[in-house]
Amino acid sequence: MTAVDASVERVWSWLGEVADPEIPVISVVDLGIVRDVRFDAEQCVVTITPTYSGCPAMQVIADSVSEALRAHGVEDVRIESRLSPAWTTDWMSEAGKAALKGYGIAPPVQQAIDISGLHAGIRRRAAPDVSCPHCGSPHTQLTSEFGSTPCKALYKCLDCREPFDYFKCH
Amino acid sequence: MDAKFDYLLRQGDNALILSQQLCQLVGKGPALEEDMALSNVALDLLGQTRMWLAYAGELEGKGRDEDRLAFLRDAHDYRSCLLVEQPNGSYADTLMRQFLFDTWHYFLLDGLTRSSDERIREIAAKSIKEVTYHLRRSGDLVVRLGDGTDKSRAMMQTALDELWMYSGEMFVYDEIDDAMAAQGVAPPADALRKQSLDHMAEVFAEATLAMPSPEAWMQRGGKQGRHSERLGFILAEMQFLQRAYPGAAW
Repeated sequence: MTAVDASVERVWSWLGEVADPEIPVISVVDLGIVRDVRFDAEQCVVTITPTYSGCPAMQVIADSVSEALRAHGVEDVRIESRLSPAWTTDWMSEAGKAALKGYGIAPPVQQAIDISGLHAGIRRRAAPDVSCPHCGSPHTQLTSEFGSTPCKALYKCLDCREPFDYFKCH
Repeated sequence: MDAKFDYLLRQGDNALILSQQLCQLVGKGPALEEDMALSNVALDLLGQTRMWLAYAGELEGKGRDEDRLAFLRDAHDYRSCLLVEQPNGSYADTLMRQFLFDTWHYFLLDGLTRSSDERIREIAAKSIKEVTYHLRRSGDLVVRLGDGTDKSRAMMQTALDELWMYSGEMFVYDEIDDAMAAQGVAPPADALRKQSLDHMAEVFAEATLAMPSPEAWMQRGGKQGRHSERLGFILAEMQFLQRAYPGAAW
């Protein structure tokens, strides 16, 4: 046992309180980017995976994870990054999706696994039907496939007229 | 090993130079949505660059990381194809360059997800998810502007005709690509070319644009380090800080 009473389970619960830097209402665990937690002798090893390959938040996330564990008395922390299997929005927890919606970001409406394969993704197609996270109306329209961060698209609601972010199925 | 190092540089350099070119348009897009799309695509390509060049540096084993490879090589050591150093031009030029690149890039990455090299498989699997968006967007806009007004159609056709001679180099395998294909690292040349040309033909037909002949004479040399003077100007801006203040870090 380390200097503090840390177990793998407790580390997971502490990480559940580390917020994503871009979307502070969702934790890095609910977002699905913490792959593994283990102890290598006295050292706590946390494995994380990037959402998008150019995600500029990765360093901030690694720093917040180290900082949170140190705050709980775990001094010796190593952050590893793993690419494979590639992160998909299917890894996001139901709690995470609910938190996104409460924050005004429509959560992914499809399973990434369903829309991959057979080169279907490169053809022109209708945008997915997304409900407005503000008023719940299904009458919405895609404004832009790319939004304020790589993981989001821009929509607008045709009923309450509010613009909103949609967390793309990826 | 040397061939693989070169092959990895080609992937990283293509993504890096196109990313740098797109970054020059940030804040200048013709519409807010397009501005965001360009910067998102540039960011994805930069992330992919990092994965390719980091692996290349590790394989080389001379202590060059992705930053050293990006900022401290001169134009003749760059292995990017000539297409990505073509000027941003009008939005029709930017978009057509993107579509030609995205199509090849998508089918290349699709092949690389079955590479015999595990690390390449991982990088390709990560990247293709992003490049799928890139290709869907650029293809969609080629159709909307090609099958658009007389003026937009004419501009798209001109852009296609002018850029076409730079589209062939990506598909011409040299001894490095052949060595990689023989080891199962790279996909076979014929399949990559056919899949890409089929997709281009499909999109150009929908866009009512006349696709030039794939057998036309093509420019080449970028993959071997023979570039136009354009690349020097691009690198001069991109590498300025590290050249002026060597080793500067955040």
